[in-house]
Amino acid sequence: MADEIKKAPAPLKVTIDNITVEVPAGTTILKAARQIGGEVTPPAMCYYSKLEGSGGKCRTCLVEVAAGSTADPRPMPKLVASCRTNVMDGMVVKNITSERVQEARAGVVEFLLLNHPLDCPVCDQAGECHLQDLGYQHGKEGTRYQFERRTFEKEDIGPKIQLHMNRCILCYRCTYVADQLTDCRVHGVLDRGDHANISTHISKAIDSNFSGNMIDVCPVGALTDKTFRFKNRVWFTKPVDAHRDCPECCGKVTLWQRGDEVLRVTARKDEWGEIQSYDGKPGWICNTCRFEKKAAADWVIEGPTVVNRHSVISQGHYQGMQMPKETIQDVMSGLNPRLLMDIHDISEVNKIELSQLPGAATSANYKNESTKSE
Amino acid sequence: MGRKLLLEKAHIENIRSYEVYRKEGGYRSVEKALKTLTPDQVTDEVKKSGLRGRGGAGFPTGMKWSFLTKPEGVPRYLVVNADESEPGTFKDRYLMEFIPHLLIEGMVTSSYALGSNRSYIYIRGEYAWIAHILEQAIEEAHQHGWLGKNILGSGFDCNIYVQRGAGAYICGEETALLESLEGKRGNPRIKPPFPAVKGLWGCPTAVNNVETIAALVPIINEGGEEYAKIGMGKSTGTKLISACGNINKPGVYEIDMTISVEEFIYSDEYCGGIPQGKKLKACIPGGSSVPILPANLLLKTAKGEARMMNYESLADGGFATGSMMGSGGFIVMDDTQCVVKHTYTLARFYRHESCGQCSPCREGTGWMEKILWNLETGKGRSGDIDLLWDIQRKIEGNTICPLGDAAAWPVAAAIRHFRDEFEWHVTHPEEAQKRNYGLAHYADPLSVSVA
Amino acid sequence: MKPSFTNEQLQEVQRLVSRYPQGREKSALIPVLHLAQNTFGGWLSTETMDYVATLLQIKPIEVYEVASFYSMFNLNPVGKHVLEVCQTGPCMLNGSDSIVDYIYERLGIRPGETTPDGQFTLKTVECLGACGYAPMLQLGEHYKEHLTKEKIDALIESCIAKSAALN
Repeated sequence: MADEIKKAPAPLKVTIDNITVEVPAGTTILKAARQIGGEVTPPAMCYYSKLEGSGGKCRTCLVEVAAGSTADPRPMPKLVASCRTNVMDGMVVKNITSERVQEARAGVVEFLLLNHPLDCPVCDQAGECHLQDLGYQHGKEGTRYQFERRTFEKEDIGPKIQLHMNRCILCYRCTYVADQLTDCRVHGVLDRGDHANISTHISKAIDSNFSGNMIDVCPVGALTDKTFRFKNRVWFTKPVDAHRDCPECCGKVTLWQRGDEVLRVTARKDEWGEIQSYDGKPGWICNTCRFEKKAAADWVIEGPTVVNRHSVISQGHYQGMQMPKETIQDVMSGLNPRLLMDIHDISEVNKIELSQLPGAATSANYKNESTKSE
Repeated sequence: MGRKLLLEKAHIENIRSYEVYRKEGGYRSVEKALKTLTPDQVTDEVKKSGLRGRGGAGFPTGMKWSFLTKPEGVPRYLVVNADESEPGTFKDRYLMEFIPHLLIEGMVTSSYALGSNRSYIYIRGEYAWIAHILEQAIEEAHQHGWLGKNILGSGFDCNIYVQRGAGAYICGEETALLESLEGKRGNPRIKPPFPAVKGLWGCPTAVNNVETIAALVPIINEGGEEYAKIGMGKSTGTKLISACGNINKPGVYEIDMTISVEEFIYSDEYCGGIPQGKKLKACIPGGSSVPILPANLLLKTAKGEARMMNYESLADGGFATGSMMGSGGFIVMDDTQCVVKHTYTLARFYRHESCGQCSPCREGTGWMEKILWNLETGKGRSGDIDLLWDIQRKIEGNTICPLGDAAAWPVAAAIRHFRDEFEWHVTHPEEAQKRNYGLAHYADPLSVSVA
Repeated sequence: MKPSFTNEQLQEVQRLVSRYPQGREKSALIPVLHLAQNTFGGWLSTETMDYVATLLQIKPIEVYEVASFYSMFNLNPVGKHVLEVCQTGPCMLNGSDSIVDYIYERLGIRPGETTPDGQFTLKTVECLGACGYAPMLQLGEHYKEHLTKEKIDALIESCIAKSAALN
């Protein structure tokens, strides 16, 4: 037993923005930061923990390594991609506490938005777009770009997925999905430099049964669900968690409803915007679940999806919200003003509990009450 | 007259053929290495020689080799980087074209030191005829027992293959080169892991420049210590410089790194001065990526010392007042040239050659090109120069591979030293279309004696 | 017509593939694409690329990705003679602009265009590693250096003569 304990590699200590955390060897800085959570976690536009080989490209997750390790505490001269740099014991990382990082990140956001169309008002991704979020957080109001934005010719890649290349930020995630989830990748990155683009080259339909997951991993509106196209804005829809017994995939999804109508089906996302894992396995969903099961009756509904309060999607969904604190008592030395009575309390006048009534109170309720007391 | 170690025999008639090359003492270093030295001893000689990588970064070769991991049962590879594509650089082409066996000889010894039984030369696709020359040389080396199985009875097997690229500057970056050699797009890999641990097909790999590997021949023949005696400080041995631009004698020169920049430009042994009696305006001394220097800072360092043609002296003063040896691509500009236009062509080059993987390089290089085009064609605005400065600053250091830095530095240095010329383009848009800015104060008056 | 290599060319493909360890056949992709482009009209059609994919047993998209990355591969038809004029820094310093202008004067084509008779295509390219011999252009597998108007005239004449000899 004692030997076994010895063999287990010791956890490594890493300090990110003055918060120290222990992680197993082989953990990246980004994963360690996610373990801490909140503001110190760098944004990631191309890295996707469930896709092997992803990351390193977008440069939004750059951080400063102020000390490499306890053994070699020299700082790293360049900012490093936190998604692809492993933690060393005693490493000191600066993210939001580094001006260099903030400046570089603002630069990267500017580069990413440089040629990105400003078509959020007609983009189906709006409201759940990572580039939108990133822009709000780090971007500037205006643009310094005085040239026409780059455009690409439209390409039809089949009836299920809409490709809008102008919006693509070349994160390569969709190509990894095709390589790692399907048996025949028919699309990839063509050309190079600022002309590099996602394409099949021959307008071939992408029809593998797991291809729909490309939509879920796309951080922007470059790949969207054609069956949901222009049907609604995501913030008007009501997301609920649901499942079905699917022979192909995990069958655990989020249904995006308007009234009783299921407008869209996606995999469930975690707090980092990635597809959730179940028992350590990513919950990719098949195209049958995603595109064919558009009736509420196809699904067992579990309940409302937990949506981050800061997301625009959360408007109208009160899950997880808290009542604001009453402060009047504090400022009035513990006294409650008489005029501010809570109508949900038992009425002193009418002697009935209004909140127990099935509908609005009518004279009948009071009559019954008065009869009772007589 | 400097010593020549690599090109000394390059002009002997038919030196390209095996017979002449052998008669002139070729392949002696292979005999010496395989018969009298262990692989580690070869590496030790390289360490002792102080040889620095000749591709541009100047990293000590012996140290690079010692990083190569040697796990049991996993093949190791030597890949020679002949993807010479840096504007201003054409030295490897010269070496391979005129004395191809020198590279093959250096490769056999290097492969022996590294334990590579299968070594590759990755040559830029446009150098098609040179690929044929190399294949011919390899064939001859095979016939005479310098390649193949059990070379010289040492038990060491080695084959060399030539792989042509297909037009991509980025494949000069070692991990992009390996991707390309694997039949993929030339996208640089994210490091770590470094090629010394995971290189070609996931195996430990050393990627070295043509000139670096060719230098193995004199190092083994004369011994590392002897080699280290040539040159100055940490700039040991000889260096090939490809000189171009506005000079009387463009070409490839082998220097021993003890001569001054002034001598190199004006002496008849080398560039032979500026043509048509024009004056020296500026120079990019180490290939397009390194900072451009105005004549006054090129010939003398900020401390007022003569600037020498070696790694340390060219870098003296850092980026503020110095430059770099880089790949040895020496681009000279006379007083009728336009720095803005030249910078524009370089910006266009880097935009064209960006692989497009990471956002700062993909988006930033194109943006810089467009602004520079506006400036050059009289459409520049007063804020453009500061904007350019800010863009290059946000690219530098933030990209996957050094192409981002390589694109940023020329723009930064041009603005740093020639800001008034950029401003003149903004303030005099019409005049800037008709004539060039000229010398201004950079080097005027500059009197240089012709040797 | 479907592209197809001759037996001799197929042997060449085999020779190229044999230069890599087993299981690494994909490494031969770029050399095989060069061979294909030289064989099938100087450019790579989708059919040609699909054929190469079959030969190397890889997915067609892997070929498209690579072919579109490298500037030497033409994905559209080109003229019989492709004049690729270098225009980067050192060549610019030595007058590459006037070379491009002169070719326009002679052939009436701008960079990216092909003469109506399909004989010549003009391309501007970035640094070809001939900076000391500027201005220069690449014609097929050959470099033409230290260019002058006279040399361009002679070059164009020899191309026309070559085409005529083939017809």
